[in-house]
Amino acid sequence: MSEPTPAPGDTAPTFSLDGHDVPFETGQTVLAAALAAGHYIPHLCYHPEFAPHGSCRVCTVKIDGRPTASCTAAARAGAEVDSRSDEVLEMRRRLVQFLFTEGNHFCPSCEQSGSCMLQAVGYALGVTNAHFSPLFPDRPVDASHPDVLLDFNRCILCELCIRASAEVDGKHVFDLSGRGIDKHLIVNAESGRLADTALAVEDKAMSVCPVGVILRKRRGFRVPIGERRYDAAPISVVALQKKPRPSAAPKEG
Amino acid sequence: MSRDLGGILARHRNDPTRLVQILRDVMEADGWISPPAITALADGLGLPRARVEGVAGFYAFFATEPRGRYRVLFSDNITDEMAGSVELRQRLLDAFHVRLGEVSRDGLVSIDVTSCTGLCDQGPALLVNGRAIPRLTHARIGAIAAMIRGGAPLTEWPDNLFEIHEHVERQDVLVTTPFAPGEALGAALARGPEATLGEVERSLLRGRGGAGFPTGQKWRLCREAPGERYVVCNADEGEPGTFKDRFLLARHADLVLEGMTVAAFAVGAQKGLLYLRAEYPFLLPGLEAALARRRREGLLGERIRGAEGFDFDIEIHVGAGAYVCGEESALLSSLEGERGIPRNRPPYPVTHGYLQRPTAVNNVETLAKAALVARHGADWLRSRGTGRSTGTKLLSVSGDVARPGIYEYPFGVAVKQVLEDAGARRVQAVQVGGPSGTLLAHNELERRIAFEDVPCAGAFMVFDESRDMIDVLHNFARFFAHESCGFCTPCRVGTTLERQMLSRITSGKGTRKDVKDLGHVARLMKAASHCGLGTTAGNAVLDAFAKFKPSFDRRLASLDVLPVFDLDESLAEAREVTGRDDVGAHFPEEP
Amino acid sequence: MAAEKKKLRVATASLAGCFGCHMSLLDIDERIVALLELVELDRTPLTDLKRVGPCDLGIVEGGLCNAENVHVLQAFRKNCKVLVALGACAVNGGLPAQRNHLDIRDCLQTVYLTGHRVRRGFIPNDPELPLPLDKVHPLHDVVRIDYFLPGCPPPADAIWQFLTDLIAGRTPQLGHGLIHYD
Repeated sequence: MSEPTPAPGDTAPTFSLDGHDVPFETGQTVLAAALAAGHYIPHLCYHPEFAPHGSCRVCTVKIDGRPTASCTAAARAGAEVDSRSDEVLEMRRRLVQFLFTEGNHFCPSCEQSGSCMLQAVGYALGVTNAHFSPLFPDRPVDASHPDVLLDFNRCILCELCIRASAEVDGKHVFDLSGRGIDKHLIVNAESGRLADTALAVEDKAMSVCPVGVILRKRRGFRVPIGERRYDAAPISVVALQKKPRPSAAPKEG
Repeated sequence: MSRDLGGILARHRNDPTRLVQILRDVMEADGWISPPAITALADGLGLPRARVEGVAGFYAFFATEPRGRYRVLFSDNITDEMAGSVELRQRLLDAFHVRLGEVSRDGLVSIDVTSCTGLCDQGPALLVNGRAIPRLTHARIGAIAAMIRGGAPLTEWPDNLFEIHEHVERQDVLVTTPFAPGEALGAALARGPEATLGEVERSLLRGRGGAGFPTGQKWRLCREAPGERYVVCNADEGEPGTFKDRFLLARHADLVLEGMTVAAFAVGAQKGLLYLRAEYPFLLPGLEAALARRRREGLLGERIRGAEGFDFDIEIHVGAGAYVCGEESALLSSLEGERGIPRNRPPYPVTHGYLQRPTAVNNVETLAKAALVARHGADWLRSRGTGRSTGTKLLSVSGDVARPGIYEYPFGVAVKQVLEDAGARRVQAVQVGGPSGTLLAHNELERRIAFEDVPCAGAFMVFDESRDMIDVLHNFARFFAHESCGFCTPCRVGTTLERQMLSRITSGKGTRKDVKDLGHVARLMKAASHCGLGTTAGNAVLDAFAKFKPSFDRRLASLDVLPVFDLDESLAEAREVTGRDDVGAHFPEEP
Repeated sequence: MAAEKKKLRVATASLAGCFGCHMSLLDIDERIVALLELVELDRTPLTDLKRVGPCDLGIVEGGLCNAENVHVLQAFRKNCKVLVALGACAVNGGLPAQRNHLDIRDCLQTVYLTGHRVRRGFIPNDPELPLPLDKVHPLHDVVRIDYFLPGCPPPADAIWQFLTDLIAGRTPQLGHGLIHYD
């Protein structure tokens, strides 16, 4: 369960989130403080074990009237944070639609479906379609690795695998190349094949993808519909339960 | 792959922070950066291979696939387009039977476009293997085609092709005040660092690169931050329509370099870096010569002007085609040999800049002015301009004017005055500050260039009544889509959607839905983007909505929603492969 | 008869889809009786009418993969006051759009000429056959769509709630478990 808000008499500074007082520690971000206090703000590239990144912008709120990514904004005492006005929700909806427009997100064929953060955030925001004309990029999959499939079609460029591989695994298996709409995930091999990298299934990088890019082979669709991460409850509830995040490397069994 | 990779690496001391410079050298040697070269560089620098590949893949002037032996890039600013670049480009494409972006079958030549090359006063322009050729005409294109066909090395091409002219059409105190190298330093040394800093603060000098941050305050924050400090000159003049830093570096290099040295003195820095945009290689010899001379004259190096403990030197880094590197934190990433991605702020560069150390990043023009403030005092600057915008401003005037070039005015000058001086007639619109700036309509020409009215980093592009403003917007949208770094969702996707929708509208296939969506996208980019590129990428569209609505309406198809693609064209391939051409193999003309 | 006149006239079609969404519609089971109290059917695969007439509501399953799909969709847009994209393929192209990274020429040649076990093949060129588009598109690439109901297929409960909301004149609101993309 989420941490309770401090007892009365505690002198932690607070900011106001949609009318709720949210306590925070010095240096904490608006998003981290909100989540710790049991308030969900949609996010994709944020992961509690990594430094905030601020690239997906889905956690955008208005702080004292100014749109800001809440994952990188330091909490300030007395700040007024708007996370649920129509204007803020509309921005988030459009950002999620941008991501669906940009990639090839065919949920019916994706084994992360039901446990995918992008999908769950879409549901939470009531997104029913991408609105814009899909870009249909050509992104071939990499099935070279004996145990891992990379399906770049679904990549939302959150860089979590890059950060996990570099900072935790010490391997630097992933990085980005290209720029703008052509920016894309690459692997650390002259052949361009995952099989020729040092990736191992135990790596942290295997377990941080919020969507369905990094997949364990022969494990797909093991969790029946109804028992997937976001089947029973929406992400706004699940995200506060402090369960481990969806993992492409589920435990045996 | 170049056999000289080892030599290139050695020349750069196998220093990973010099990766962009190293990749430039590999491009120069090989014409592209091959996968084995990337592996070898990664090994030599002790970097992960993917990191090197990512940097090589980021910058527009690095090719990770083979290009032609002659790599021609036409400048695609709107002013080039207005001066006829599209037709000239087509002529060169036809001459070699290639399509835009392709390499000719014999590998001789590849032809593509690039963002504004900063020669808007003498366009259309192109780059061939990185060297700029301005003032393109049919005759020049013919000559270029002949030399490429003959395989002549660029060193044998006639010098006059590469001549860059500097047209100073109006001068004020920056240009006219006599300046002898060392004078500003002499005055600064006499005053001491604290008083020099105080003088810059009192002058109310504000950054000339666009943001207008008070220079004195920036220097003070840097000076007060602990650690080894750096001064960086931002000469990555990428805003389309801007060429005033080109002029300053060509004609007043000493003033700029002295400004950097004064900054170093004031903040306590020992090392300076000048980040020069790749499109200006013609400035390099002059700058290197100026640096060498200043070292000889004791104006750089150890004990500058004999002052014990005042050691400072400047190194030039050259960019590789990325507008976003004009953003100071992206520029610092690039200086460190990384992809030019703007960083999260705070912390700001003044405390965590180059190599995470305190860094004062200033625009070329700001540094030139700072040198003169050091020499002549704060009141000298304050005697010109307005209360909140002190001193003068260099404008790069281009487009539909009789006399394009450099114009220096005191801040507060009316747009109308500039237009009159430049010989503009039947003005429809002025884009002040480039595509990221402000689009002014003909009824706003009384407005003034100043931070408190219409701020301007330098670009001043004029459009007369013959121009269709939608074509202008389409050009700007292509620019932003090409230059988005791709870090954040709103800018990465939004700039591409903006380009697509404007492309549909310019081709007569736009609908009211497109216009509505364009507004949504522009506003979302403005509100939610990570850096200034994204937050300004929709400015021109939003300005045009407010001021040029009829231009949109004229270009719209009548229907609410049309197919976003050409229906009949979408059957073309199936028709070909089935050999059908019956009625059912076509879509009827749109109703 | 007077009551019947107030019934909403509804047309449906399956374009580049699998009829799964229509099946899911039938999965509303006995509620279909209640539905038929409220609507009358125009062109649908159930009535086997071939042409769509003036309707209050059009429901289209499937994306656009060929010329005929486009003609049918345009006729729906012309005739239907409200048009709904039903299911993943209508909403984003769905599984048929997985061919979008392939060249249509290569597809036809491989399937009809050069593919494994193809003997004396030829590419069909009968004018009766609709030609494939070079790319598969979602419906909103070609006409204005008023509502999107995603899912592969959308669950019967979602379709039921969506239709009853719409018929009652409410903006359809689907909560957790009813909006899904898979």
